[in-house]
Amino acid sequence: MDMAVEAGVIKQHLIDPEICIRCNTCEATCPVNAITHDDNNYVVRADICNGCMACISPCPTGSIDNWRTMPLVRAYSIEEQLTWESLPAELSPEELEAAGVSADAGEEIAAAAAPVPAQAQTTAAEPVFNSAQYGATVPPWSAAHAYTNLFPPKTPTTATVVGNFNCTEAGFESETHHIVLDFGVVPFPVLEGQSIGIVPPGVDAIGKRHHARQYSVASPRNGERPGYNNVSLTVKRVTEDHQGDPVRGVCSNYVCDLKVGDTVQVVGPFGASFLMPNHPKSHIVMICTGTGSAPMRAMTEWRRRLRKSGKFEGGKLMLFFGARTQQELPYFGPLQSLPKDFIDINLAFSRTPGSPKRYVQDLMRERAADLAALLKDGASHFYVCGLKSMEEGVVLALRDVATEAGLDWDTVGAALKREGRLHLETY
Amino acid sequence: MSTINYSEKIPNNVNLGEDRTLQRALEGWQPNFINWWDDVGPEGSTNHDVYLRTAVSVDPQGWAQFGHVKMRDYRWGIFLNPGDANREIHFGDHKGEKVWQDVPGEHRANLRRIIVTQGDTEPASVEQQRHLGLTAPSMYDLRNLFQINVEEGRHLWAMVYLLQKHFGRDGREEADALLQRTSGDANNPRILGAFNEKTPDWLAFFMFTYFTDRDGKFQLAALAESAFDPLARTTKFMLTEEAHHMFVGESGVSRVLARTAQVMNELKTDDAQKIRAAGCIDLPTIQRYLNFHYSVTIDLFGADQSSNAAIFYSSGLKGRYEEGKRTDDHILKGQTYKVLEVKDGQLVEKDVPMLNALNEVLRDDFIKDSVAGVGRWNKVLEKAGIPTRLTVPHKAFNRQIGALAGIKMSPEGRVVNEVEWAAKKNEWLPSSEDFAFVASLMGRVVEPGKFAGWISPPVMGINRQPVDFEYVRFG
Repeated sequence: MDMAVEAGVIKQHLIDPEICIRCNTCEATCPVNAITHDDNNYVVRADICNGCMACISPCPTGSIDNWRTMPLVRAYSIEEQLTWESLPAELSPEELEAAGVSADAGEEIAAAAAPVPAQAQTTAAEPVFNSAQYGATVPPWSAAHAYTNLFPPKTPTTATVVGNFNCTEAGFESETHHIVLDFGVVPFPVLEGQSIGIVPPGVDAIGKRHHARQYSVASPRNGERPGYNNVSLTVKRVTEDHQGDPVRGVCSNYVCDLKVGDTVQVVGPFGASFLMPNHPKSHIVMICTGTGSAPMRAMTEWRRRLRKSGKFEGGKLMLFFGARTQQELPYFGPLQSLPKDFIDINLAFSRTPGSPKRYVQDLMRERAADLAALLKDGASHFYVCGLKSMEEGVVLALRDVATEAGLDWDTVGAALKREGRLHLETY
Repeated sequence: MSTINYSEKIPNNVNLGEDRTLQRALEGWQPNFINWWDDVGPEGSTNHDVYLRTAVSVDPQGWAQFGHVKMRDYRWGIFLNPGDANREIHFGDHKGEKVWQDVPGEHRANLRRIIVTQGDTEPASVEQQRHLGLTAPSMYDLRNLFQINVEEGRHLWAMVYLLQKHFGRDGREEADALLQRTSGDANNPRILGAFNEKTPDWLAFFMFTYFTDRDGKFQLAALAESAFDPLARTTKFMLTEEAHHMFVGESGVSRVLARTAQVMNELKTDDAQKIRAAGCIDLPTIQRYLNFHYSVTIDLFGADQSSNAAIFYSSGLKGRYEEGKRTDDHILKGQTYKVLEVKDGQLVEKDVPMLNALNEVLRDDFIKDSVAGVGRWNKVLEKAGIPTRLTVPHKAFNRQIGALAGIKMSPEGRVVNEVEWAAKKNEWLPSSEDFAFVASLMGRVVEPGKFAGWISPPVMGINRQPVDFEYVRFG
């Protein structure tokens, strides 16, 4: 999910000093040495933490599970964190905007967030809606077992580039590449929904080695090319910052410029909960924007292969996919060629000239009847991947669909979380 | 019991399935362990399904698996942190040499003694806490008590593994003896004094887990530096579990303080009797409990001057806390450290050889860590607008071990005579009347989401479960 970093926004991992007991478990557990301490506080280094979550469940207090959306330039430094007596509040949308966050991340970020204030107005007396609380931390019961951290940052492995092409229409500013990496004979098992880290070569401005950037795997478990030990990634080239000024994303440009035959340093795999269900009756609802489509492509492709082999009875697949324009939507062409009875595709374009702006949650509301049926079915699984600002709008849309269908959202939402059936991967 | 499939029943990363000798030793020991658990483990808990965190491997995903299990069926695993083939001894006379995978003959007796002493504390605390389940202030707290109990049990396994794997017949005998001594037994007590004290109520339990389990943290951290690699790797993994115990203590006392402060504000009083009448524990009583547990615990670090400590360090058996992060020569010869003694009725500092003062060094590291946590407790009072602050008593207060043993001190560190001590003792340490009062509050509350009146609910549940989650299902 490196885009988030390169787009200038990070989901910064923080420790609540009021709850932390300074037991050192997190520091001892962290596989990338991102956690340090002084006599006062335990803190996380924003430039090293890769969000692998290895520290979360071992922490006895729960103080470790705190996240703040921050403009990269304003990320809390460790020096600052070491002085804290309590956690700072989340930056308000206005503060984020003032820091250039919403302007920069494209229309989607501002627009996807737009319904939220409207919702907030109508429910002003209610507690603030926290979409993240509904995200599951456990995989679906039928998910395959995921391997993680086979290659930690200290000991990356090497992969060879065997494919690299632009999967958006050429000539548009939002250029997204589909990259295929081959691991040869090195074991690198991945599942749909997992991510891997790429370590860009060279050093940063202060002479430190670049840290790894994480990307979701876009290929299914048996490889981009079935039966080969390879994976594919979906990487958007970052060429401008939030103000529209030219800037080169360190890792995205490196990856997009790779040639077939080049080698790259890879760490991972990461992620043990954003995994697809395997039982034949399971339904998958996928909601994404931009390169958040990578895990959705992986899951769709795995289901497509299963179906082709005649081994799958066919739970439903439903996709809500947002982009600025059709030309910028990764995999637009291949998506169009999937049979309608295999996947129910809903595309939202926010910047098609002459057409009104449409976002994924608008489409979800339009498809309320079908979504309600799926929400009532315990075999349905929901996956959300893309910009952070879409998360709340999407979960609110799910809540409204449930409520209008006479379901109690608190019950449904809690079940989705508990049963590993709603996964939020936003950045 | 002899047909146990050890690799499944006892999750381990020590290749237990292929070590016939060790398997046989454990097959002999395991039924005795279960008997011990049934006899003096948590009282009346056999049929409960408890929401426990169980380690099934040492990787981050593996060592914190949550689910409802019966405590007797808890998977008492044997886990060593992953090894490093190139690890070198990084302190003492053998600095720079490869760490030992087997016990060197010349250090055998000392290592055995260290492991037995550590091992003895683990079942002891289970024994000390065995009646507490009957007076739990909430289901959440009951679960935390049980979690601590099973982990202490697992830590016993960890030490027993080392004894049986590396110390032959002696080791097996010592392993058996760990199940024969009993906390507070007049004839066959536990080795260390604090582990023969009673833990009569939940305030004592929270103070014990805050202070005494923190002693565990420092002792384990010092052993995690050991040149005997299996000991270092075992204790490193134990440290990850010890954290939960300290959390229970720290958050437990915080919650008691929060509730007391709330009632003080509601009643607009700091009168201890009025607070007691309202069913809460008054701040002076909490301070007296703190004084007691702190002073008893710092005795656990041993005499302030000890030739054993010097031998353990120089021979590489036991390092200092965070040895690897210190920037001195890690040999410490010719260096000095200040310890306290009483001269002409006054406390004075004197320089002693650093190597002989290593118990004091570890004690001082512990004190620094403890004081920081007491500062966090005070923040609870500060936030509630209560001006009272808790303090730790002077290091020389109420000591029974070392040069300060038997010297009568006020909590502020003033030498006092017997008359003053006798007159003030009940101001400084919990009296039988304090114990009786606290005991009177200990009624059992185990309905999900309900809490006894003398303690606040926690900020959040365990493993992100809601506070009213059914942490214990009663069989």
